Amino acid sequence: MKKIYLDYAATTPVDKRVQKAMMPYFGSLPASRQEKFGNTMSLHSFGQEAKLALENSRAVLADLINAKPNEIIFTSSATESNNTALKGIAFASARRSPALLAGRLGEGGHIIISPIEHPCIMESSKWLKSNGFEITKIPVDKYGMVNPEDVRKAITDKTILVSVIHASNEIGTIEPIEEIGKICREEKIYFHTDASQSFGKIPIDVKKMNIDLLTASSHKIYGPKGAGLLYIREGIKLAPLLHGGGQENGLRSSTSNVSAIVGFAKAAEICQKEMRKPDKSRRHFDGSSTILPKTNLGGEQKRQEKLRDYLIKNLLKIKGSYLNGPPPARQSHSAQRLANNVNARFDFIEGEALIIQLDMRGIACSTGSACSSASLEPSHVLLAIGLRPEQAHGSLRISLGRQTTKKDIDYLLKVLPKIIKQLRDISPYGKK
Amino acid sequence: MAKNNNVCGGLYTSKVMETFKNPHNFGKIKNPDGTGKVGNIVCGDVMHLYIKVGRNKKNQDIIKDVRFETFGCVAAISTSSIITDMAKGKTINRALKITKDNVIKSLGGLPKIKYHCSVLAVDALTEAIFDYLTKNKMPISEEFKKRHEIIKKSEEIINERYKKWEN
Repeated sequence: MKKIYLDYAATTPVDKRVQKAMMPYFGSLPASRQEKFGNTMSLHSFGQEAKLALENSRAVLADLINAKPNEIIFTSSATESNNTALKGIAFASARRSPALLAGRLGEGGHIIISPIEHPCIMESSKWLKSNGFEITKIPVDKYGMVNPEDVRKAITDKTILVSVIHASNEIGTIEPIEEIGKICREEKIYFHTDASQSFGKIPIDVKKMNIDLLTASSHKIYGPKGAGLLYIREGIKLAPLLHGGGQENGLRSSTSNVSAIVGFAKAAEICQKEMRKPDKSRRHFDGSSTILPKTNLGGEQKRQEKLRDYLIKNLLKIKGSYLNGPPPARQSHSAQRLANNVNARFDFIEGEALIIQLDMRGIACSTGSACSSASLEPSHVLLAIGLRPEQAHGSLRISLGRQTTKKDIDYLLKVLPKIIKQLRDISPYGKK
Repeated sequence: MAKNNNVCGGLYTSKVMETFKNPHNFGKIKNPDGTGKVGNIVCGDVMHLYIKVGRNKKNQDIIKDVRFETFGCVAAISTSSIITDMAKGKTINRALKITKDNVIKSLGGLPKIKYHCSVLAVDALTEAIFDYLTKNKMPISEEFKKRHEIIKKSEEIINERYKKWEN
């Protein structure tokens, strides 16, 4: 059976070129090329080779977001970066506050987040709240958009941090980060954004976009799992989560995962080039591609955007189907959507059953259904945009990637209506 | 408990997957002798179960035919299907003795978080039998009546929630 992967927002396969770049850092190659597996903290040549690779990777990644290398720390994941940003700022600010001296940790600390953050931000906030910090969730509209003015309104004299996701992992909404950042600058509040889904897809300039802290992840951009980064604007004080050997400027002790970080940088570099390539170019995982001159910005993204809109158009032909999140491109709407994200829902359909039916036909997607979650609760993002639990129940997220072709989408469009009919036949609803 | 030995990241057993893929006895029964409608207010799954009652050689009431309609996840559809298989041909009294553990065992196991689906299936069958007994003015124990009231409450909440869909 042909397998079609349409869950690129969950994770991506590692690009062949990335794999190749990582190989020397495992030390499993022939003796002459084995010298790069060392510990970056070691003084000998093995360690220094690794250190060099680490710092080169840092420079490459910093450059991609217009940051300085010393403003980047490497972590194990976006989850760790987000935890570090929130807890790190919270604890650093508590340290400076007289409340801490009185043993009242979180007193006086206020953090603003959106209601559509990734669970690692939601749960970190919840934990901080249980430790005395105050959390405000600003509203979003039906497309999942934050109104920057709502951020301004939510700011109090106790606010220490605002954290808003750059692009939603579930419904693909691209938030007005630059405007939110501008407000935070004006109000002298630190601004963090989780760019896990946007990094490598949308150009990011931390200076232009007024970003103080930014999270990015390797495995969402065809890099290996186990590497993430946190951009921390120079001068910002942060308390570390991990204490030890003092790696990453003392902000993240742990032996550096050099091979994964090298892969991360390589993957980001490829994405950067891809963003500038013309529509027709296609990269394959065997490394073959047609290198065409740099022309329009967003080559691969434009290609995915076209596929996305083709999919949305045809998906909505299914009876009782609706799009979750921003409308397709060129509908003159302020709400923008990630080029690779489609999120739809179907009346009388439960998401988990739909996902498994698709999987039995070789198609891999994801759902916000309560039944597929560990807590039996529907997606907080879908509820935040105003959907009722039973509507969230029937949601399907399809996320496209480099390998996705029109043929794949056509196959999905052929199979999906049949599955939906089948499930509705079994269901007590929707037969009228 | 049988080990989870199949696809879906090992979430479901092959028996669950097989049942989900080819569910038995789904659809409606025209003029059923008993109907059980149940819903889980936490996860939102809904099961409707219909029975046709006949007599065996000993002149006991047996479940001659049984069908289901389910809105829900893989586990909900599988437990619905398996309970129709289990109940078919059984006397009313034997059918009432089917437990959630019997259902789970017949499916070779269920993830813990999906145990409530097996409860839903048992409830649906129980409700259909309750409906049959009530319609035919047959004796019903106090304990059975109490159980019916509890199940009914959840069903009413779910029904209210899904009204919009049906209109």
